[in-house]
Amino acid sequence: MPEPATSQPDVIVIGGGLHGCSAALHLSLRGAKVLVVEKDYIGRHASGVNAGGVRQLGRHVAEVPLSVASMALWHRIAELVDDDCGFESHGQIKVAETEAELDQGRARVAQLNALGFTHEEVADRAELRRLVPAIADHCVGAVVSRRDGAAIPYRTTFAFKRKAESLGARFAEGAAVTRVARSGTRWRVETADGGRFEAPVLVNCAGAWAGRIAAQLGEPVPLEVIAPMLMITARMPPFLKPVVGATGRTLSFKQFPNGTVLIGGGLLGRAVPDENRTELDYAKMSVNARTVWDLFPNMRGATIVRAWAGIEGRMPDDIPVIGPSGTEAGVFHAFGFSAHGFQLGPIVGRILADLITDQTTDLPIDAFRIQRFRQTAVAA
Amino acid sequence: MFQRLPNASGERVSFTIDGRPAEALSGDSVAAALFANGVQTCRSTPVSGAPRAPYCMMGVCFDCLVIIDDVGNQQGCQVRVRPGMRVETQNGKREIAR
Amino acid sequence: MTTRYDLAVIGAGPAGLAAATLAAKRGVSTVLLDEQPAPGGQIYRAITQTPVRNPSVLGSDYWHGADLVGPFRDSGADYLPGSTVWSVSRGLEIGLSREGAARLLPAKHIILATGALERPFAIPGWTLPGVMGAGAAQILLKTSGLVASGNVVLAGTGPLLWLLAWQYLRAGARIDTILDTTPRENWRQAMPHMTEFLRSGYIGKGLKLLLEVRRKVKVIGNVSALRAEGDGRVQSVVHRQGDGAEARLPADTLLLHHGVVPNINLANAIGCAQNWDEGQRCWVPTVDDWGATTVEGVSIAGDGAGIAGALAAEHRGRLAALDALHRLGRIDRAERDRDAAPHREALDRAQRGRVFLDTLYKPARDFRVPQDDTIVCRCEEVTAGQVREAVKLGCSGPNQTKSFLRCGMGPCQGRLCGPTVTEVIADARGVSPAEVGYYRLRPPVKPITLAELASLPKSEDEINAVLHH
Repeated sequence: MPEPATSQPDVIVIGGGLHGCSAALHLSLRGAKVLVVEKDYIGRHASGVNAGGVRQLGRHVAEVPLSVASMALWHRIAELVDDDCGFESHGQIKVAETEAELDQGRARVAQLNALGFTHEEVADRAELRRLVPAIADHCVGAVVSRRDGAAIPYRTTFAFKRKAESLGARFAEGAAVTRVARSGTRWRVETADGGRFEAPVLVNCAGAWAGRIAAQLGEPVPLEVIAPMLMITARMPPFLKPVVGATGRTLSFKQFPNGTVLIGGGLLGRAVPDENRTELDYAKMSVNARTVWDLFPNMRGATIVRAWAGIEGRMPDDIPVIGPSGTEAGVFHAFGFSAHGFQLGPIVGRILADLITDQTTDLPIDAFRIQRFRQTAVAA
Repeated sequence: MFQRLPNASGERVSFTIDGRPAEALSGDSVAAALFANGVQTCRSTPVSGAPRAPYCMMGVCFDCLVIIDDVGNQQGCQVRVRPGMRVETQNGKREIAR
Repeated sequence: MTTRYDLAVIGAGPAGLAAATLAAKRGVSTVLLDEQPAPGGQIYRAITQTPVRNPSVLGSDYWHGADLVGPFRDSGADYLPGSTVWSVSRGLEIGLSREGAARLLPAKHIILATGALERPFAIPGWTLPGVMGAGAAQILLKTSGLVASGNVVLAGTGPLLWLLAWQYLRAGARIDTILDTTPRENWRQAMPHMTEFLRSGYIGKGLKLLLEVRRKVKVIGNVSALRAEGDGRVQSVVHRQGDGAEARLPADTLLLHHGVVPNINLANAIGCAQNWDEGQRCWVPTVDDWGATTVEGVSIAGDGAGIAGALAAEHRGRLAALDALHRLGRIDRAERDRDAAPHREALDRAQRGRVFLDTLYKPARDFRVPQDDTIVCRCEEVTAGQVREAVKLGCSGPNQTKSFLRCGMGPCQGRLCGPTVTEVIADARGVSPAEVGYYRLRPPVKPITLAELASLPKSEDEINAVLHH
């Protein structure tokens, strides 16, 4: 149980993932008293166990302005959280295995250019080999986003938490929210371990569990709980700096500075959110391994030492919910990042702080309104 | 340092350690065969480069990793030595990709 | 042969051999999967092929293993040695690698008989070549007739340490010194359990063995601190007796041991609930009287479900097999209970005196909770001090220190650091290990190659081709 002072915060954030911790940090920077209520521990689920990709490349056009703004924060991340979060910027690359795939990439770059964004560019066969010497011979080119990179997820989430904490934010871990209800002008949050908290503002950053919170607020959303799978190898000699994806197949592939190689890309296992548990699907992992076999011949002797899946929330249109509640004043949402929220973490916390302290934000978030699901909502 | 009991029975197996000819008994694991041939260190760690030798002999510690017939990261204690086998000690992560 | 077995048993030690034998004899299609090339597990390692032909070296308890292998061979169970099991799914599909190829093998019931491993004994210098587990030295003796030479020092506590010393002496090998770390106060705490121990079969044998070793080897008791030193390999062992001054012994080989703990990695990765055993100071899977875990269709027999020794493991194997027969619909509850009665009785006998041994040989706190400069995670070379620092920053359990420090993220998957990290965090936080928790272990519990994973076959024909080529 937190000390009495913290049970009267200005803002209660539900969910201690990266977005919740980022919201706590940005709100604390503006002097708000924040309490984060987390059912497990900070970074326990998707935020702590994702692939760590810091990627603008290939994003939905609605996310691009946020992603570009977040990238600026990533490149100065130590100024924000006093830790470099293991962030390294060696670019992200989406490989084309055929001319048709490369044409898709050209069209995408042209579309972004027309919108005024220049971070993605086409790389020809030679440039692809310069960037990724280990790539298989048959690959014809790629789309590249050079300022992209990767960071270490748990370390990042933990750094946001610690910085927020140093500014006065409080974290109640092991506190699963059982009920949220209005109590006059305030929100009352009850947790399974007996916690009772009240604040005028409530933020829902509960990730895969956010749909339940939204439903309690009278705005159910069609959030799907998913479990993207990842696997990692024993240490290998250094051979790859950028993060590599593929155009025609599911892949996210990168080598950490310590030599281990992470293989993912979003193939799904099975999530059992009520038990904090996931099950792997080896048939799909086998497909993932086959993709690596095809694209990186040097990986054929690699050993897989660990595989896992995080628990994450996905929306039907694959973009998140960010913004004020459509039913209740004093409630804000940021969830449903659909397995690509890590890069957005730094900026989403700032947007939430904007909305809470200034009632507006300078970034375009209309596409992420929760009201877009009013017609299709199902009870979560 | 390990030595064979004088009356230990078994068929002799010829193999190589880092290219040098070596001999073992047919039931020996690769890790045991290294000890029997006076090899005291089988790898250096990819983290600090510290030397390591087999520690548990039952497949749980992963300190006996060696290169066997060009395949790296093999648990020496879990693989039986075979005639003609090429065993190489494994140094750091530079060698692991093979 | 079928590819969907009624029963798959994982591990060919006493529990696995006994379970597979009983089930197969009663007509259940059974497969025994084992990582080793020959049956016996660790306790009866190489029982069918040891080059140590003089039976008095390894002792009659060892040769009892042969009594399990014969009936198993005649039982009709399929036996797949050299099979590394790297996963078991909730759907009871076993991921295994054999001769360089990986397969998924379905079963209707699974008995894990994964046994025990030596409790990690983290002292400064324990990563130096020349330092190894006493159990490891015993495996070298059983499988290869190899004994340590030069200056040999044994250090620690527990029955296996003394058994190895006895076997070494029988084999004509030399031991310079035994550094006994059994805390003096353990004797006082164990005394109330002495009566029960006196009624066990161990007392006579154990005393004889102890006296023989003590007669022939210098034993330094009440050792409270240990350190291995050397340049590139161990050259000396620094030790302290009680509050006394440090002393140094030359050593070419240092054999460490302070008990065994259940090998829980596979059970944990399956998602079987586990609990902290305060008496044995280790995590044990939560099982009922039949070894059934919290996961439907998965049971555990033998030391993998809590340390009780080799004889108890046999009986636990038979009980788990009878329960499997019941769950598979082959026998009703009454028949299961009736047939189990003699095995339960035998199990009770075999477990008599266990509490005395657990209490007497409980490792001292200082050896379970090492000093800051000691490496706890051998794979990632993380020290106890780093773990304590992470706790100060707010990491409250092993999964957080794992994510933060990579402690436990190496290929051994926490087998050599897990118990120590749990104890270090619990000690630093001033709470029970039960509250601190344990690693969530991930499949594959043993590494598989990308090639094996990429070529996982799906059809029954493909599975058959791999299992029975």
